[in-house]
Amino acid sequence: MNECKCGNSKENLELKEILKKYEKDKSNLIQILNQVQEKYGYISTEAQKEISEYLGISMAEVYGVITFYSRFTLKPKGKYNIAVCLGTACFVKGSEKVLDKVKEILKIDVGQTTENGLFSIEATRCVGACGLAPVFTVNDEVYGKATPEMVESIIKRIREEENSVAEK
Amino acid sequence: MKSLEEIDEIRKKVRADLDLRVNENANTQEKHILVCGGTGCTSSKSPVIIENLKRLIKENNITNVKVIQTGCFGLCAKGPIVIVRPEDVFYALVKPEDAEDIINIHIKENKIVERLLCKDIDESVVKKLDELNFYKKQERIALNNCGKIDPENIDEYIAFDGYKALEKCLFELNPDEVIKIVSDSGLRGRGGAGFPTGKKWSFTKMAEGDQKYVVCNADEGDPGAFMDRSILEGTPHSVIEAMMIAGFAVGANKGYIYVRAEYPIAVRRFQIAIDQAKEYGILGKNIWNTGFDFDLEIRLGAGAFVCGEETALLESIEGRRGQPRLKPPFPANSGLWGKPTLINNVETYANIPGIILNGAEWYSNIGTETSKGTKVFALGGNVNNIGLVEVPMGTTLREIVFDIGGGIPNGRKFKAAQTGGPSGGCIPEEHLDTPIDYESLGAIGSMMGSGGLIVMDDSKCMVNLAKFYLEFTVDESCGKCTPCRIGTKRMLEILQKICDGNGEEEDLEKLEKLALNIKKASLCGLGQTAPNPVLSTLKYFREEYLAHIRNKTCPAGECKALAKYHINPDLCKGCGLCKRNCPVGAISGEVKQPHVIDEKKCIKCGACAEKCPFKAISK
Ligand SMILES: Cc1cc2nc3c(=O)[nH]c(=O)nc-3n(C[C@H](O)[C@H](O)[C@H](O)COP(=O)(O)O)c2cc1C
Ligand code: SF4
Ligand code: SF4
Ligand code: SF4
Ligand code: FES
Ligand code: FES
Repeated sequence: MNECKCGNSKENLELKEILKKYEKDKSNLIQILNQVQEKYGYISTEAQKEISEYLGISMAEVYGVITFYSRFTLKPKGKYNIAVCLGTACFVKGSEKVLDKVKEILKIDVGQTTENGLFSIEATRCVGACGLAPVFTVNDEVYGKATPEMVESIIKRIREEENSVAEK
Repeated sequence: MKSLEEIDEIRKKVRADLDLRVNENANTQEKHILVCGGTGCTSSKSPVIIENLKRLIKENNITNVKVIQTGCFGLCAKGPIVIVRPEDVFYALVKPEDAEDIINIHIKENKIVERLLCKDIDESVVKKLDELNFYKKQERIALNNCGKIDPENIDEYIAFDGYKALEKCLFELNPDEVIKIVSDSGLRGRGGAGFPTGKKWSFTKMAEGDQKYVVCNADEGDPGAFMDRSILEGTPHSVIEAMMIAGFAVGANKGYIYVRAEYPIAVRRFQIAIDQAKEYGILGKNIWNTGFDFDLEIRLGAGAFVCGEETALLESIEGRRGQPRLKPPFPANSGLWGKPTLINNVETYANIPGIILNGAEWYSNIGTETSKGTKVFALGGNVNNIGLVEVPMGTTLREIVFDIGGGIPNGRKFKAAQTGGPSGGCIPEEHLDTPIDYESLGAIGSMMGSGGLIVMDDSKCMVNLAKFYLEFTVDESCGKCTPCRIGTKRMLEILQKICDGNGEEEDLEKLEKLALNIKKASLCGLGQTAPNPVLSTLKYFREEYLAHIRNKTCPAGECKALAKYHINPDLCKGCGLCKRNCPVGAISGEVKQPHVIDEKKCIKCGACAEKCPFKAISK
């Protein structure tokens, strides 16, 4: 994912596809960034450069917008992004304990990725499933009525699956 | 493209087909299985239930049963929810594999699947949704279509009087008359501040400008609130229709809805709704040959709470960092790209079609002297019936928490409720009988807010709660002005100090002083309201702060640094479970002898207390 993207790599072409959908209007910046974030899980320096050229705005402005909005990230997330909801409804039901457990097991902090690139941790605010609070998600999968034991066993399962894939 | 006559045809025909949705005695052989497709139920696999139902219907060659995905029914705690109509049987906590019984027993044998019926708080088994205590005190206006129609099918919206209010405005009323109805209804903004909606419309209409805009604020930043998202997911056309009516009234032909990108289902359904409205010629140029044009676009937010503030939202739509602008000028005069712009909240809009169709008086008869109509709340936290509720203004908090919400689970006691999210305040037991309206909530140090309503039981520490909200505002402060950027950080540091057991009594005065300064000197509503959770907890739970400071204890037992785990020798049976689960080996003791915790080694993880089968360990 991180190799050099000289000229017309696949990623570059895909980015051009995204850009083509939008008029060269400054007000489309956030819309474009959302698409890029969605597609790649982060916004690379190369992508920032492309976007700034396309919209005719400075790199600094693009960077300024990226860093302002919490949804945008400059680094890729782990293959499994564990996002614990810290919205009020989940907080009141003890989601901090779940988050503490994830941090303890993975030995990384919120916003970081494990060295092998397998896991990253995110703290989100309300994923809209407050009826199931506390809630965490692993990529797109939502887990409700969460407990520290529950994340522990899920992380264990993922590790086992990954190991058995690696062995094959 | 559909003419008005064609739309009316659709309305009549589809309304007749959908009679079974609202009429238990509908004369039909058809059945509709409604499955909740709100975010809550979707997260607990309602799409798989739908898949399974559809597959079974096909396999069994059943031809008179349709499966419909709806918006949120409200009682999310009992989701996924499935309702079979016309007989109106309500199934709760349905699992994908339960589709078998619903088809085999309910549909094929015409018998109720008893085990899937919902139990009310008093353990009575309930067959129909509205028999639940949860629904008895509710009145649905903004949520009227949620859970009734398929939000991805414009025909179903049209069938239940959809786009009739727009038709009335375009053919029977002039813009001033529309504004007068909205003003007379008494509707006030549901985004938090409660500004009279009619007045805002009239300011925007009077503003000079060749181009005007209508904007819908669907940023819904209050964490733990999901009213606006549910409206967009359950009845997106209500918002489109209302924005068009607003456009007609203020003289705008272009609308934007600013939605959080974190709301994928809402965004998708809203886009489908826009596309369908365009296809029918409801959105577009020269609508129904009246000369009125209206175009509508979605703009995605990207996770910044401050973008819910109206001028920050405008900055964000224009593609910049969402930092608030100085007011005045107000958006009504200088908004998007400097043009007059009307901004209203999702729920505010969702009330409009009903008001236009039923009249100002109908609406103003609901509610209190100063606050008319209903309010939607996202009820969450330590309460039994977590979900979405819509009640007439003037309903008391006690009714919401205990009658509708079913009270506090696990035999615990009510401690406080928070309205207004990070901008609001906590409300203690003594004020539970306060009627919900803008003024009453303000008078007790909280605010209406956008509708988040979080209940806390007696295991919650109010200092920790204040700290939680402050962490949120420190995170979300846009940094434009110093009182908010630096001041909230200082406050958070003091709160952290208190929670760590290092607080001093002067700290409380410092907090209060800082709070007042931040409120006075901040540029936008975020800073101006950020200290509220601290001020209100200080007001109602001062002893709890003092216990942290003077006695170095956290009475609720939440603040880790102050927790002291202790084994009660009279209750301990010496089973050794705690010892095995302690990560740092802080517990010692012989089998069948009372165990003890070494306070010096204990890291206060709480594992022992959770594991002890005899509840011998307290903190
Ligand atoms: C920090 C902050 C956050 C806000 N968040 C929201 C929000 O999420 N949704 C909303 O409708 N209004 C929000 N508002 C209020 C808006 O600024 C504005 O008053 C509202 O959208 C106007 O619509 P209304 O009159 O229909 O309520 C927020 C205000 C502040 C100061
Ligand atoms: S009060 Fe806070 S959020 Fe508002 S403009 Fe100032 S720094 Fe930004
Ligand atoms: S709280 Fe944790 S560290 Fe302390 S005694 Fe119990 S299990 Fe051990
Ligand atoms: S788990 Fe409870 S009963 Fe068993 S040894 Fe520990 S304190 Fe005693
Ligand atoms: S607060 Fe966590 S899902 Fe809403
Ligand atoms: S999301 Fe299904 S009932 Fe609320």
